[in-house]
Amino acid sequence: MINLPPAFIYIIGALLIPLIRIRILKQALVLLVPAIAFWNLINMPHGVYWTYQFLDYELILGRVDKLSMVFAYVFVIMSFIGMVYAIHIKEYGQHVAALLYVGCTLGVVFAGDMFTLFVFWEIMAISSVFLVFYRKTKRSLEAGFRYILVHLFGGCVLLCGIVIHAVTTGSLAFELFDFGTLAAKFILVGFLLNAAVPPFHAWLADAYPEATITGAVFMTAFTTKSAVYVLLRGFPGTELLVWLGAIMALYGVVYAVLENDIRRLLAYHIISQVGYMVCGVGLGSEMAINGASAHAFCHILYKAVLFMGMGAVVYVTGRSKMTDLQGRDLYKKMPITLALYMVGAFSISAVPLFNGFVSKTMVVAAAGMLHRPSIELMLHLASIGTFLHTGLKLPWGVWFGVKKGDEDVIEDAKEPPFNMLLAMGIAAGLCTLTGVYPKILYDLLPYPVDFHPYTVSSVVAMMQMLVLTLAAFWLYIDKLGGEPTVSLDTDWPYRMFGRVTLWFCNRPLNAIRSMGQDLLSKEVVSVGKISKHPYIFLEMFWNSIQGKRVSYQELIDKPYNENSYRIPLGLSACAAIIFLFLYGLIYMA
Amino acid sequence: MVKKLKIILYISIAATCILGFLFPNQHPHFWWQKIPVFDAVFGFIGCVVIVLVSKWIGHGWLMKKEDYYD
Repeated sequence: MINLPPAFIYIIGALLIPLIRIRILKQALVLLVPAIAFWNLINMPHGVYWTYQFLDYELILGRVDKLSMVFAYVFVIMSFIGMVYAIHIKEYGQHVAALLYVGCTLGVVFAGDMFTLFVFWEIMAISSVFLVFYRKTKRSLEAGFRYILVHLFGGCVLLCGIVIHAVTTGSLAFELFDFGTLAAKFILVGFLLNAAVPPFHAWLADAYPEATITGAVFMTAFTTKSAVYVLLRGFPGTELLVWLGAIMALYGVVYAVLENDIRRLLAYHIISQVGYMVCGVGLGSEMAINGASAHAFCHILYKAVLFMGMGAVVYVTGRSKMTDLQGRDLYKKMPITLALYMVGAFSISAVPLFNGFVSKTMVVAAAGMLHRPSIELMLHLASIGTFLHTGLKLPWGVWFGVKKGDEDVIEDAKEPPFNMLLAMGIAAGLCTLTGVYPKILYDLLPYPVDFHPYTVSSVVAMMQMLVLTLAAFWLYIDKLGGEPTVSLDTDWPYRMFGRVTLWFCNRPLNAIRSMGQDLLSKEVVSVGKISKHPYIFLEMFWNSIQGKRVSYQELIDKPYNENSYRIPLGLSACAAIIFLFLYGLIYMA
Repeated sequence: MVKKLKIILYISIAATCILGFLFPNQHPHFWWQKIPVFDAVFGFIGCVVIVLVSKWIGHGWLMKKEDYYD
């Protein structure tokens, strides 16, 4: 084991990238970093490492237990997959941002105190925004700024909570919080914002689809799932989270029905899937905690497959809207991508033999065990919506779709580069492996697992639901194509607030400014006139006493005549001499 | 092709429903888990409800033209 926190392996890796000049070495480095981190994780026994004294507090960079390990494993695996997917990229800044982002997520996972957590939490937000900016479109720039502003706001709320917590309890330790305290409420809001719990979720659906093709794959995995981890650590068994999670699971589904942008549709399904995890955190039983952790693990893998698949479509076609893709028979040109995508789609839909089935059912079963009928039914309903969209509507709309006759042919559509397919293949393979042999996953979970997903009755029940969902989809197949619209969401207030602020600055504020300017500039003109030729004003004054009317312009246009300045100059010199004389007299006396 | 797919769909609906009767849930937590075809019915109705309700909310309120924010 290297005596270095896993976060620093990534951070050092990120700092080394700009120093290496040869492309192949850079590529080797970005793959080597996750490999070293993985090897490090395997050899890291449970315990508390890397503690430092800071003022009166103890900073802990390595709290290693089962809960942090399950998240760390999947984060490291995911970073490797993401790097394989992104290896062809020549903009190394993206690799730097991604490695920093992953490193800080691991920092959050292993943080044993709130201060360390906060520092990594903020760098995570700042490094990830570059994965949006690197798309270099106007939209992505705007979405990136909204993303970072929202996250900085969330960070401030979290910091408020941490400060109140530190002052009231005198400790910075990151343990179970007492939900009744004010500090815990602030901290919870900070966590919920990163978990994309409505109404704090709009940043996700706003920014992820605008990120770079490869950057979005990283983003789907780390921010929300690290938030699920901190919720699991700090707020298990909070009743509020049960309801927020269940509502969230359905919220994402509703928006996915309306969405036309293929990656935004998937983004709404992240919100929906994270709902299961948040609900599991709220339920708080050992099985629910296991379920939430397992679902986070599986979700990271299958969501990566889905985002990589749709990213590949955007990469080769340059189009991201279903209305621009349907009916073009894309399945003929990219069958491998389609097949791999479908593995992800089956996984998220909890089709037996794929990993969603072994984790999602655990959360739902936990709701059943605790006898929460409405929660169980809501999660079931969300599960139907998941299959409907990611499993049926999206592949249908992107690769197949009804021909209307006015579609253009996408000439250059082909399979994406090999490394992209390979990354999808690895992730899809892991989805299937953990689905077929869930013991690998269950052994990693925080509590001992007493859950058997593959009973005949539960497999049959799941198949019934999926098949009948397919039947209903068939019925509404014409209604479910994309529509060229955008959907209002809770980002409306702050997007509109920006617009109102702009209007306010442009109109009322600007009017006040221009009034002031007009007034001042007139004064400036007259002061300018005076200072240009002060004597003229005396002349004008003199003329007006004599009753003569001579205008300023006439006076200033008059050619220079030294005789007319003799008197004032003489007078000035005379006055100066008199005053000097008087001064001399006073000084002598 | 479409006809063949339809037949496969009908067969699988029938098969899963029959299997539901053959293998009832051994540890039901709620009354509906005792109904052998509950998931089938729930799947169908749930899907229809999701589509109709979402589209209703969408067309009535949420969906705007693509240049709405520009």
